[in-house]
Parts: sequence; structure tokens; C-alpha cells
Amino acid sequence: MNTAIKARRARKKLFGNTVFHGFGLIASFFFLAPFIWAGLASLRSNAEAQSPPLPPWPKNGISVDAYLTLDTFGAGVWQHTMNSLLVSAGTVVLTVIVSILAGYGFSRYRFPFKNLMFVLIIATLMIPFQSILTPLFIILAKLGLNNSLLGLTLVYVTLQLPFSVFMMRNAFDAVPREIEEAARIDGARDLKLLVRVLFPLVLPGVVTVAIFAFLNAWNEFLAALILLSDNEKYTLPVLMTAVRAGRLGAINWGALQAGVMVMTIPCLVVFLLLQRYYMRGLMAGAVK
Amino acid sequence: MTITTASPLASIARPRRRASMRQWTGILYVAPAMALVIVFFVVPLIFTVWMSLHNWPLIGQPSWIGLGNYTRMFSDARFFSALGFTAYYTVIATIAIFALAFPLALFVERQRTGVGFYRTVFFMPVVVGLATASLLWVWLANVDAGVFSSILRWFGITGRAANILATFDSAFALIIVMVVWKIVGFTMIILLTGLQAIPADLTEAARIDGANAWQRFTKLTLPLMRRTLALAFILSITGSVLAFDQFYIMTSGGPQNRMISVVYYIFNQSFVSFQLGYGSALSIALLGILVTLSVVQLRLLRVGDER
Repeated sequence: MNTAIKARRARKKLFGNTVFHGFGLIASFFFLAPFIWAGLASLRSNAEAQSPPLPPWPKNGISVDAYLTLDTFGAGVWQHTMNSLLVSAGTVVLTVIVSILAGYGFSRYRFPFKNLMFVLIIATLMIPFQSILTPLFIILAKLGLNNSLLGLTLVYVTLQLPFSVFMMRNAFDAVPREIEEAARIDGARDLKLLVRVLFPLVLPGVVTVAIFAFLNAWNEFLAALILLSDNEKYTLPVLMTAVRAGRLGAINWGALQAGVMVMTIPCLVVFLLLQRYYMRGLMAGAVK
Repeated sequence: MTITTASPLASIARPRRRASMRQWTGILYVAPAMALVIVFFVVPLIFTVWMSLHNWPLIGQPSWIGLGNYTRMFSDARFFSALGFTAYYTVIATIAIFALAFPLALFVERQRTGVGFYRTVFFMPVVVGLATASLLWVWLANVDAGVFSSILRWFGITGRAANILATFDSAFALIIVMVVWKIVGFTMIILLTGLQAIPADLTEAARIDGANAWQRFTKLTLPLMRRTLALAFILSITGSVLAFDQFYIMTSGGPQNRMISVVYYIFNQSFVSFQLGYGSALSIALLGILVTLSVVQLRLLRVGDER
């Protein structure tokens, strides 16, 4: 009797597990398939590139034709990858520095209009940057920063600030003041205190800020499309519009798949390696 | 840039001076962030208003036309069709995303082996750029070199190769599928945080009281998740209203120019026709719409709290 119930329970559990993982695996397939398909198809030779990818893998051996063709667009794929990397790295470094300073200032000091300033920085979240691109285009030209990667980087840093300053202020708020006082007695002051003592303590917050800065700068399209006018300065997404437009009315699909891979892989690597920090940032944003 | 104003403080008595020194140090720390926000956000914002009152060509002198751009806006049929299309897209996309995000959130909420893997996989498209996703899907949907038309033919749904991007309805459906694939993991995680915040003993108590799964979901889970739901709605709606990349990359404005979203229309006016003044006026309109939407949604959220 008892064993029969146990057996029935076990069977029910097995059935539940099968349904659970069956659904999970099918859903996973749909989410992963486009990436896998494009990744495999990008390794086909030029001769195959224009035909439907069924099956997706290369039939005549692996080839890097698609990546070589991609290199013939614009100023070469290296140049544009470097542009994207430069802008993303610049955005990460500047965002981290500026938001650490601001987070520390907002967390530890009292000064006039402090709350007003904090609210002003956070309130920029309410305003979509798409609506200020037209004047931004003219202001950057006045500053001599039009069509420059530095100008684009500064715009991206500004867009990252509300989230980053909020994150860093919370990170500093969570550090006990006793640690700071002890370090102060030991003679560490101001910037030295910040860099040597506090930085390691807020490092998880810094990583979160850096990941979001990198992904947003790497992926951004509209501002780059508007603010960069020189072929050689294009970041990867802007370069890809040239590939998408095609030559003489024909689109090279191999080059497009290769470009998609070049843009996708860094994002997935960063996300998979630092997922914990990414999710923390997302939760912090969601709870707020 | 604030250092010059610090000198008069030297004459003030010593203890005061220490306090104000500290104040200035604080301001120094936040100065870079404030400078960036002012130069690249506040000034452009004010400048948008100023530009919107001018006829502002790319080359040549801008001329004051007062509210001319705004009166023009109200008689601009193409602007209203862009508004209409954006509203249509926002409603359909939001419904589609939520219809899938909720079941997925309930699925990944369970404590089972492998659930972490599923969460990661469902989330992966989120970290890829919308432009990248659009490029990937425009290839998948291509009639000659893509996947979908061959698959549709295999299953006998279409007789010959179907050009999905050629008609409005199929192209629109494709963009919705792409956006759901790209965004649903994000909404799923937001909803998951809400689900996890519900105390387990509450659902347990309801179960003991004899409430079935559907009753527990509608009477307990949904009301308790009101804040999370509101947040997810705000993010989904504002994101959809600002859509640009997918229409620009996938359909270039779509069959018969029917897929021009509001941001796309502003882009065209400002940077294709170079009517920067009119583009600014349209931007102000967009800004007004978004702020109104956010305020209304936050108000609804607050009303929900009081109950």
C-alpha cells in the first residue's frame, strides 16, 4: 500500500520534471536559435552565403569569407571595432570615475542644494535623450566635438549618470563610517582615502556600473548615427547600416551575419561572466 | 570651475571656514557629474525649446517664427500618422511582451534544478543591442537568403517563397516577434522580483483556505505585485514609444512609409530634411507625451498604494 503511493508519487514527480524541462528546453531553443543560426551561417563560404541556411552549418568546410567580406566595408572591420571599443571603454572609465566621485560626495558631504542636484541628475531619466538629439547635434558642433568619438563618449557618459550615481551613492551609504574614521586617524585623506580604502569596498557597485556603461555604449545606435558623419569614425552599428543597405542593390548576407556576430559576442561574454553583478544592478533599478 | 568663488571665504572665522571648506569639497566631488548633466542635458533641453520657436536650417541664419512650428505640427497629417502608428505599436508590443513574460516569470520562479540556466538563456537576447537584433532578424526574414520563408514553405503554409517584409501586416508581426524575443527576458526578471517579494506563507494560507491556483493568482499574486507591474508597464511603454532602430533597420520605414514611428519622424525632419526647428518642436511634443504618460502611470501607482 505504502509502496504503491510512493511509486505513484515518484511517477508524478518524474512526469512533472519531464514537463518542466521539456518546456524549458523548447523555450531555450527559441531564444538561442537565432544566435546559433547566425553564428554557424557566418562560417559558410561566399558561394553558400546567399542561399537559405538549411542546414545552418557550412556544407563545404568552415570558411572566414564572411568576415573577410565584412572587412571590405567602410574603413575595415578592425577600424570600426576599435571605434566601438574606444567609445565603450571611454564610457566605462569616465562613468566609473565621475559616478564614484559624485556618489561619494552625495553620500558623505553636506552642501547647499545637495538634494536639488541629486534630483536633477536622477530626473534626467524621465526625459528621453531622443528628444534632445537635435540641439545636442548643434551644441557638440559649437564645442568642436561634432563627428568625434570623444563627443559621443561624453554624451554616453551623461546618459549613464542617473543610474550610476544612484548606484554609487547607495554603495557608499552601505559602507560603515567607522572604517572611514579609522582610516582618517591613520592619516588617509580625501582622494587617497577614497582610492585606497573605500574603492575596494564599493567594487561590486563599480562592476555593476561598468557593465551597464559598456553594454549601453557598445549597443547604442541612434545617437551614433546622428552624431558621427565621417565614414572612418563609424561605430559598428552604424557601419552595419552600410552592409544592410548593400552594394548595387545586393546585400551580402555573409557579411551581415559576420557583423552581427562581432557585435553580439562581446555582449554575451560580458553578461555570462559578470551575470551576478548585472542582475544586482537590474534588481536595484527595479526595487527603486 | 567653482574654485574662483572660494576666495572670499578666507576672511571668515576659523571654525566656519572649516565647515565651508568641507562644503566646497563636497561640491567639488559632484562637480564633474553636474557639469556633464548641465552641458549635455539641461542646456540641450532648454535649447530644444528655443530652437522650436525658430525656422532653423542646417546652414544659414535661423529666423524667429514664434509658435509657427507648433501650428504646423497640428496640421501635419504625417506627424499624426506617426503618432497613430507608434500608439498601435506600443499597445501591441506591450500586450505581446506581457502575455509571454508572465508565464515565463512563473516558470523560472520555481526552485528546481536547471532553473538558473533557463533564466540566463531567456535573458540573453536582452544584453544584445536592438540594432544588432534587428540586423539578425532582417536576415532571418529575408525571402532568398533567410530561414523563415523556407520554413513556412516546408510546412506548406505558403505556396512559394513568402516575402515577410513586403506587406505591412506580416512585417509588423515579424517586428513584434523580434521585439518580444529581445525584451521578454527583461520584463520576466522584473516580474520575477515582484513574485519573489510575495511572502510564501500568504500563498500557503490561501491554499489551506481552499483557493485554487487561478484564484490565488488573480486575488493574491496580482494585487500584491501592483508596484512591480506598474514599473514593468512604464518601462515597456516608454521603451515602445521611443522605438526607432527596428523600423529604421528592418523596414526603412516600412511598406508605403507606414512604419514611421515618432522618433523616426523626428529623425527624418531634423537630419534628413534638416528642418531642425521643426524637429525640435516635434521633440517637445514627444517629451510632453512621455512625461504625461509617466506621471499618469505614477499617479495610478500611488492610488494603488493607498488602497
